[in-house]
Order: sequence, then C-alpha cells, then structure tokens
Amino acid sequence: MDNPIPNSVMDIPSVNPPTGGEDSEVILSVNGLHVWFELRRFGFGVAGYVRAVDDVSFDLKKGEAIAIVGESGCGKSSLMKTILGLYKPTKGDVTFEGKSVQQLSGRDLQWYRSQVGYVQQDPYGALPPFMSVERILAEPLIISGIHNSEKRREQIRKVMEEVKLYPVEDFLPKFPHMLSGGQQQRVVIARAMIRNPKLIVADEPVSMLDASVRVEILRLLRSLQQRHNLSFIYITHDLSTVKYFSERIFVMYAGKLVEKAKINELIQNPLHPYTQALLSASSDPDYHNATKFREVPAGEPPSLVKPPAGCRFHPRCNRAIADLCEVEAPPEFTPQPTHSTLCWLYR
Amino acid sequence: MENHPTPLLQIHNLLLYFRTTHGVVQAVDHVDIALDYHHAVVILGESGCGKSSLARAILRLLPRNVAEYKGEVILEGNDVMKYEEEEFRQSIRWVAMSLVPQAAMNSLNPVIKVGDQVAEPSMVHLGTSKAEALDQAKSMFERVSVPIDFLQRYPFELSGGMRQRVALAMALVTMPHLIILDEPTSALDLLTQANIFNTLKVIKHEMGISFILITHDIATSSELADEVAVMYAGQIVEASDAPHFFTEPLHPYSQMLMASVPRLRSDQDPIFIHGQPPSLISPPTGCRFAERCPKVFERCKQEPPVVQSNGILVKCWLYC
Repeated sequence: MDNPIPNSVMDIPSVNPPTGGEDSEVILSVNGLHVWFELRRFGFGVAGYVRAVDDVSFDLKKGEAIAIVGESGCGKSSLMKTILGLYKPTKGDVTFEGKSVQQLSGRDLQWYRSQVGYVQQDPYGALPPFMSVERILAEPLIISGIHNSEKRREQIRKVMEEVKLYPVEDFLPKFPHMLSGGQQQRVVIARAMIRNPKLIVADEPVSMLDASVRVEILRLLRSLQQRHNLSFIYITHDLSTVKYFSERIFVMYAGKLVEKAKINELIQNPLHPYTQALLSASSDPDYHNATKFREVPAGEPPSLVKPPAGCRFHPRCNRAIADLCEVEAPPEFTPQPTHSTLCWLYR
Repeated sequence: MENHPTPLLQIHNLLLYFRTTHGVVQAVDHVDIALDYHHAVVILGESGCGKSSLARAILRLLPRNVAEYKGEVILEGNDVMKYEEEEFRQSIRWVAMSLVPQAAMNSLNPVIKVGDQVAEPSMVHLGTSKAEALDQAKSMFERVSVPIDFLQRYPFELSGGMRQRVALAMALVTMPHLIILDEPTSALDLLTQANIFNTLKVIKHEMGISFILITHDIATSSELADEVAVMYAGQIVEASDAPHFFTEPLHPYSQMLMASVPRLRSDQDPIFIHGQPPSLISPPTGCRFAERCPKVFERCKQEPPVVQSNGILVKCWLYC
C-alpha cells in the first residue's frame, strides 16, 4: 500500500464509514436467537439444556462495526459460531442479506462462507503448522474453485500487501512457527480477507498478542474495515480496546445482551449494573490504583443450565429491587433512543 | 512493623543462559533488582523478554539445558546462590519465598483434593503434621476468600478464579516473606481479576508479604506496584518507583510501552512499537532497543550504562 502509515487509530479518516450512516441497509439481522445445547444423561434422554444464547436480537448495518463484550462463558462464542453458520439455532434465526443462514445449503452455503471472514483468537492454533503461508492463503481460493495458479498468486499477493506482510516473497514460503505472533495474526486476517467478504467476525483478535503489537493489529483491522466498507463484529472481553474500534457495543451476560449503546454513551453513562461493574473493574495505568479497592460484585456468572429466575444478574446486583428482579426477567427498556438495557431500574 | 537493617531481596548481576540447538540464549542478562519488606515490585515486559526465566532463576527452578547461571541473590542478608541444592530446598524454596506459577489454575494436580494440595508445602518444607497443615490450609482458604468446604473438592470442581485463589493459598501456607506471581490473572475474566487483585492488596497490607509480580499487562500491574522494573531482551532497562513510572517513564521503550496501552478514561490514542525484540541468541551489541527506538543516536552503538537519577535507574545514553 502506498499510503503512509497513520500515527494512530483516530488518524484514519472519518470514524463513520461513507455508507454506514443511520439509514444504510441492514446486512445481518439476528432475531430472537436461542442457542441451547442438550445435556445428555448417559447418552439417553435429555437432562437439561445449556442456554448459551437466550433471546438475542440485533441488526448490523453495512459498513458498521459492533463490539460484543462479555466474560468467558457468557455465550459470546456460541453467538458468533451461530452467526458463522457453524451451530444451528434452537429458536429464532440469523439472516444475511435477507437470506436465512441456517437454511442455506450446498452452493448457497459456499456463497455465504465467502461473504463472511473469521479471525480466530489464537493465531498459532488457527494456522496449520505443516502448511506454508502461501498454501494457507491458497486453500480458500482452491475451495472456491479458482484453479488457475497465476490468478491465485495474484490474489494472495494483493491480500498480503493489504495486511502489510511485505516483502511478500519472503513470507510466502514461511511456516507459521517462523513468524512472530503479530505476523501470524496478519496471516489469519489475510485468510479471512482473501475472498473479499462483506462481514468479518473477529473473536478476541488481539488477546494473545503483546501490548506493543496489539494496537498495530487493531489499527490494521480498523483500516481494512473502513477501506472496504466492511461490516464487523468484534468479540472481546477488553473494554479499553473497544473504544478505538467500533461504533456500537453490546454487553453480554449469561446468554443475554444486557445493554446496547453507542460506545461513548456506554463509557460515560453505563446503565446496567453489570456494565457499571465491568467499567469500574477495568483499570488504566495509574499508580493511585495500588492504594484503592475496586468495587466489584462478588461471585461468578451463573450456570447457564439453571440460570437464576428473573434477572440473571440479580444475585450479584447491589441495586436489585425486592420482589421484582428475582421474579420476573426484565424486558428491554430504552431510556435513550440509541441506548437500551435489560434492567428494571429503567422501567 | 519490625525494622529491617537490610532489604528483603537484592539481586546483583544475575545471569541465566540456556543451551539450545541454535546457540546460547541469553534469557536473563546481568539483572539487578532490590526489593524491600512489605513492597511489591512489578517486572514488566513483552513475551520472550526473559521475565519468566528471571522468576525461575530467583527460585532456582531450572530446566536441564542451563548453560550458565550465576550472580548474587541476597535474601534477608544471605547470598542464597551459595547454598547447596538440598539446603536451598529446605530453607529457601517455599519457606522464605514461594511462587504462583504461570497458568497456576492449570498447575494443580487433578487427582488430589485441593485442601491436601494446599497443606502439602508445610508438611514437606516445615515438617508439620498433616492435621496441623490442614488447619493452616483452612485459614489460608479464608484469607484468599475460598469457601472452607472447597477443601474437600478436586480442582475440576472449581472455577478458574477459585483455582487461582487455591494456587495463591498454596504459596501463602508456609508464610514466606516473598511471593513471586508469574502472570497471576492473565487467563481470568475482568471481574475475577479485579477480585483477585483486591485479595492481593489485603494480603500485602495485613500479612506484610512482599511480591514480585511478573506481567505484560501494564494497566493491571498498577494495581499492586510500589516499584516497577521494565525488562527488554533479557535486561532491566528501567527501575523506578510506581508514581514516577506511571506518570513519566524515562526509557524510550517504557515510554512507548506506556503509550501503547489503550485507555478507557482518556482520549489519548495508543501508539505501537515497530519491529520486534532482537533474538536473545546473538543480541546486538550496544543498546538492544536501538533498532526500534525513535530517539536513537550515534552513541547507542555502544552498550549504554545504567544511570541513576533521583533513585530511578535507567539504562539509556539519553540520560548520561
């Protein structure tokens, strides 16, 4: 790429991509999605369900980046895998450009796979150790029926320049173990980009990388997103990186999206007590931290097999309303037009 | 609190090299650290900078392929590097200092009840009876806020955060003066991490235990740090007190590292450091950070000296 490397994420022009305005078309829509996994008893009969995703709905517009933040076990990976078409929903559906994803098969499914790129969390685990970079990047092209090796080479070269793996010739014959963590993650991103997808799903793309490389990769993803007007789902547990990355943020707790907001709204005015706890638990480097305690709720997220009745956060919540929160699950309240939450405090 | 004439731990010129098929890896290269009683020092560094090797070098938990291991580790006035292996095991390891290993939650023995595992160090190292040791384990469980009935459980029955607390109880049970924490919370969730740091702060204040915290996470390291040492390519490049370090770090590497942290509460844009750390097999002569340093100049080709100013040590030609 001939454009100079910008000095920061924010230097990349215009935070809102050109066609990502309020009225642009919806590319992906998740409606009342439930993903439950059966628990078997000795292989026979159903002993219960793990309710990994429980009634989740949202729309993603073309060119929009959203972040889903949650702790491990909250169902964010199940949600992601259902969007990728790897899990079948128990109830509800995922539609991509108007087509229901779980009903796709054969050629249509292949088309869907070409439209959606997946950036895995652990680059080393995601790259086959016995394949060279060239072979790794050629694989998706071979599967999609590009048999002309000259053409493949051309595309591989283009995408590698895109993710700034140059000189390209030096990297092509290398195996994953010969690359640094950041370079491996670039290969993973190149692989996700190679079929020109419209949507990228990134599962904790930087959590395995060193601090100094992390920002570089986030910035690369952001610039790719804006240059190609991609829709983007960024899954993470790290609130501090979200700000530099996406327009909207969803907070997930025990299988539900408990708060949906624009980034700045959420950071300045978190509504749900769980979001408030998450924000107060994330620290910025500051020596004053050593002398104070962080107000964090005790306990751990509930079992998704038998989630608590009512609001799933009520056993840990210090603002729970008696006779309400433990009885009835809160519906979605919308105190501000772009900011909604599942919490009785805002009824 | 008692008065101590000497600092708890002084490390001089500690050196740990490994033998590999590609050559000698200079994992820990002439490291100096001092730590006082009731203090916590954070060793910050990226992966592969030798920080875990430093922990192993201090506790003498060495793999077989050590090429060279020397220097001074003066613990409470005694140079423990001169101790024979058996003497070190009996009187230092887990008695005077203990370790919470990296990924401690997965380092528990899966077929032994966690209560017995926590009791084991005091039986082995201090020769206490089993009943007494179990009693101690019980009080340690209370310290680290694990319910007492968990004593009878197996590791797989505990969540990650609880297992991490058990590993901490195991390091505490012999009441050492110093605990080395190697990436104690990097695998844990945000809220669990904050809870564990709260526990560590309580332990530090109430039990007066000193910590060496080894981590790459700058933001959370500030939760515990009294002092900070930054490690780069096997060497300590800056050693400073926390208030100075977190407001104005001196070494260009520390400055860039600090600026690379995404911040929640300010609009400062994070930057990144170009390039990669040098190979520790044949590190460059002169300053090891020179290749990636924006302030590099002619003198950086020579090994920079360690400069002291206002109690802050920095290994950089800029401050000469």
